[in-house]
Amino acid sequence: MQKKVIEVRGLKKSFGDLDVLKGVDLDLYDGENLVVLGKSGSGKSVLIKIMVGLLTQDEGTLKVLGHEVSEMGSKALNQLRLRIGFSFQASALYDSMTVRENLEFPLVRNVKGIGKAEKDKLVESVLESVGLIQTINQMPSELSGGQRKRIGIARTLILKPAIMLYDEPTAGLDPITCMDINKLINQVNEEYKTSSIIITHDLTCAKVTGDRMAMLIDGVFSAEGEFEEVFKYSEDPSVKSFYDYNFIQ
Amino acid sequence: MAENTATHKSGLRRRVENFFIGLASAYRFVERFFREVWFPPYEFKEFIRQCYQIGYNSLPLISLTGFIVGVVFTNQSRPSLAEFGATSWLPALISIAVIRAMGPLVTALIAAGKVGSSIGAEIGSMKVTEQIDAMEVSATNPFKFLVVSRVLASTFMIPVLVMYTDFVALMGAFFNVNQHELVSLSTFFVQVFDALSFLDITSSLLKSLVFGFTIGIVGCYKGYNSTKGTEGVGKAANSAVVMAMFLIFIEELLALQITNFFRQL
Ligand SMILES: Nc1ncnc2c1ncn2[C@@H]1O[C@H](COP(=O)(O)OP(=O)(O)O)[C@@H](O)[C@H]1O
Ligand SMILES: [Mg+2]
Repeated sequence: MQKKVIEVRGLKKSFGDLDVLKGVDLDLYDGENLVVLGKSGSGKSVLIKIMVGLLTQDEGTLKVLGHEVSEMGSKALNQLRLRIGFSFQASALYDSMTVRENLEFPLVRNVKGIGKAEKDKLVESVLESVGLIQTINQMPSELSGGQRKRIGIARTLILKPAIMLYDEPTAGLDPITCMDINKLINQVNEEYKTSSIIITHDLTCAKVTGDRMAMLIDGVFSAEGEFEEVFKYSEDPSVKSFYDYNFIQ
Repeated sequence: MAENTATHKSGLRRRVENFFIGLASAYRFVERFFREVWFPPYEFKEFIRQCYQIGYNSLPLISLTGFIVGVVFTNQSRPSLAEFGATSWLPALISIAVIRAMGPLVTALIAAGKVGSSIGAEIGSMKVTEQIDAMEVSATNPFKFLVVSRVLASTFMIPVLVMYTDFVALMGAFFNVNQHELVSLSTFFVQVFDALSFLDITSSLLKSLVFGFTIGIVGCYKGYNSTKGTEGVGKAANSAVVMAMFLIFIEELLALQITNFFRQL
């Protein structure tokens, strides 16, 4: 049996009258790439935000690396957060800082007494991983959407996370850039030995990056398995329509 | 039908509710500031950066308006004093007007426009593009890094800018007085300082501290609570300015009452 790095049981979350998650069960195993599919507004982002303590569930348990996130104090939670890389949908690069400063931010804040030489080495090594060493002194506003995504991913890699959470890594990018990002996700998984959750509604991305898929429909996971299993044999009409819709597009 | 009246009723009720919800959340925000400001980590670098930003942003506009206020106010006051043959009181009159009221007010209103809106827009856009969340997941307290540093910077810088505005406005006044009454710079400033009491100066500075705090905290609050989308950011910046200006006038009124109380002692 493989080790579980994330274990979610009976997770519920509502905002006012809106029930977003209605009892989610999910496991992420060590070393795998799990793709979470679902329509926009289905609560995918909410789910991974609960995983890093940006939001708190109403009911249910969520264990990350063995810790129940909602019960952690702020110190312990921050320690845990350093082991999780979160790639935001809008990249979330700090506008007022250069690429170098963006990448240094997690380092200087969390690694006490780090020297300049070591800092430069780490920054350059993650930039090389994402293939953007030439942008080191640019501002985020000067980068393209795909480049911003890569820098966002690089920023999370700099602390060598055990888990990567990607929130719609290919949303809003052209097909070729999408493919590049997909490759990068696979490369990160191999190079950094991460376990990842990839949120997307892009089936190409899902197929290329995922070892396993899970589909979030109406607040619960209704179809789960390998790509073929989920889509070829599913009788669920919403899964089928999701598949058809993607390929008509 | 029944549903219709229900929604109609709840329309008014919702507005009243929203007002109090807003008030409560503003209160919690201010309270959180006072809870977090005392404890490390202290974001000293960010504080310095913000001080510089605030000074740099408002200096040109404040210099210009300060000087013009000095010139215009002097010029407009002259006829009334001339009626009593008392134009020699001009420096004293201007000194009191500038230090007690116009310097702090002009500076705070301009800073509310320049500094308050830029804080509101900056934090608002960081909020909607998830930069604040990104900070939080890289184990940095965004409230400390962004809010506490900015509020402290504006609380510290507005009094500094007020002193500067006072000086520029007095120079504007001197420029005008010098043309008409041929008073020398040293005589002018001797008269200016003679007119002022300790209470005038301390109350002016304390008031400026409060104005600075108001501008910073309102900008941060509006930004931190801005809603999704670029429209939300614009609204945050705009309402930061309106709210800060409104509060500044209220505070000016309160400060007047308080200093008058002390003056009578
Ligand atoms: N902080 C929040 N406050 C209120 N509602 C929220 C919040 N975050 C998300 N929601 C709502 O929850 C639902 C799911 O959002 P989200 O997880 O972002 O969807 P997606 O699956 O597209 O990522 C949406 O209807 C959204 O409006
Ligand atoms: Mg989302």
